[in-house]
Amino acid sequence: MSTPAPAPVLSVRHAQKRFGAVHALKDVSLDAWPGEVLALLGDNGAGKSTLVKCISGVHTLDGGEILLDGRRVTLHSPAAARRAGIETVYQDLALFDNLTPAQNFYCGREIAFPHWLPRGFRLLRSRTMERETAAVLDRLRVVLPRRDAPVALMSGGQRQAIAVARASVFARKIVILDEPTAALGVRESRKVLDLIAQLRAEGNAVILITHNMEHVIELADRAVVLRQGRKVGELRPERANQQELVSLIVGAEA
Amino acid sequence: MAQVTSERRERVPAAGPVDRKAGSGGAVTLGLRLLGIGPLLILALVVAAFGAIAPNFLSPGNLGNIAAQTAVIAVVAMGQQVVILTRGIDLSVGANLALATVIGGLVYRSIDSGPLVILAILLTAVAVGAANGLVYVYGRLPHPFIITLASLSICRGLALELAVGHTTMRGMPEAITTIGGGSTLGIPNAFLVVLAVAAALLVMSKAMVWGRWTYAVGGAPTAALEMGIPVKGVLVSTYVISGVCTGIGAVLLAGRTAASSPLYGNLLELDTIAAVIIGGASFLGGRGHIGHALVGAIMIGVIRNALNLMNVGVFLQMIVIGLVIVVAVEADVLRNRLEARARAIQAAGAQ
Repeated sequence: MSTPAPAPVLSVRHAQKRFGAVHALKDVSLDAWPGEVLALLGDNGAGKSTLVKCISGVHTLDGGEILLDGRRVTLHSPAAARRAGIETVYQDLALFDNLTPAQNFYCGREIAFPHWLPRGFRLLRSRTMERETAAVLDRLRVVLPRRDAPVALMSGGQRQAIAVARASVFARKIVILDEPTAALGVRESRKVLDLIAQLRAEGNAVILITHNMEHVIELADRAVVLRQGRKVGELRPERANQQELVSLIVGAEA
Repeated sequence: MAQVTSERRERVPAAGPVDRKAGSGGAVTLGLRLLGIGPLLILALVVAAFGAIAPNFLSPGNLGNIAAQTAVIAVVAMGQQVVILTRGIDLSVGANLALATVIGGLVYRSIDSGPLVILAILLTAVAVGAANGLVYVYGRLPHPFIITLASLSICRGLALELAVGHTTMRGMPEAITTIGGGSTLGIPNAFLVVLAVAAALLVMSKAMVWGRWTYAVGGAPTAALEMGIPVKGVLVSTYVISGVCTGIGAVLLAGRTAASSPLYGNLLELDTIAAVIIGGASFLGGRGHIGHALVGAIMIGVIRNALNLMNVGVFLQMIVIGLVIVVAVEADVLRNRLEARARAIQAAGAQ
């Protein structure tokens, strides 16, 4: 839908990460392009989570670099990564059960006035935040039973949709989704997949971690496979090379 | 699960599968709504019942009494509410209140100045609140229970140590006795102070970014950190607010009695926690508002006052208040259950 940009929005170059004796990332490089879903595949302990945590500011790299729009960045904290335009949705979703969808959307970055006051003392522009949230939910076709109810009352899929929608709003560069369908039933998974396709159509760069091969083949434009901290393959996932993908992941190529 | 099914059948015996689901969803929603306004409803019923049984309960004089007697619990409970919102607890409020009045009383002995004595009382209470918050947060304590329990002991001991003769000291500046004991147009001034504090806290917690942050920290502390909310600052601020409320409560009590005493505020921490819970706020944090503390405090005041009028002994009153707390906590548990069921119904509806 969107024309591919000439440069990747995110580039990881020769990433190295050690935890004591464990060499978690060994010279991993990857690119993420706008308007593209990049699947990050690998068995448990392959280094997917470590890589994502380095990109989202939870860990810092021991070697190599991260480029955003071609510029080298150092991400010391999740907040710094978020400021740089990288939004990550972990499996715990980081939702506030006691708050409404709109309050969740803007929690920690409330629209408030006047600006000369310290942030905590400003007054909330609730009406604006509700309107903006409603617009985003409409655009992404997220259907909720009630938009003014706390998210505690919503189903797993609805909560996932809220978290993904929130990330998409604030991600100026890239949205990282960590197993977004792991806890969901078939129908609800479907809705989240549609939502991810919608994000791509709007020109977002999406990195998707999942174990579900069906979802990868359906949705991903490219797949990067990690094994034991190394990048062992990068290909366009299709029905035809599904077997190849699986062997790359488990390391059983003939 | 079997129980759920049987309940559904019971409620909508003749309906088909779709209607059955909708019926159960409706019942759950209705239940949640009832629990939402429950405390206010019960307060209205209790007032009506006591009005019918207890002599003079509804007379303007007695209602004024209730307002004046409830004022201290109400103000301090509102501070307690803010702390409980963030999954905390402040056990030091009663002892802190006593210490604040004693410091005020000592200042009064050297200078008869309303503003200075009020300032001394407020500063003392705020300092204790700030110390609670700072030690809790920066001392990396797992829970505020222990630190506020420690400052309960320290404050009570300090108050007894400092008070002249280790007991009640008579006298307070006129400004304070007017605030605590006077009335304006027949309305006790203390009650007006309660309204003013409630209004201020309402604005802070509902309209200000700070308020949203307290709900966020109470609802999901780790998510709050991830979202870049200054969690430590928010936590410290709640104990400072509790200190401010305790200080205002100290002014009211010293004013009403025209005295200061190291014995004041005994078990006030329990009364205020009870008020918050009875009012319908969640003890698990993140849920509740200033109105809950207010309704709970008035409920306690009304029950005590009415039982007094009916010549029911103090010991029996304690038992009654305790039973009311049990009911309130069970209501909180029931609400969490109903919400879980509402969620299940949502998921079923989406499938």
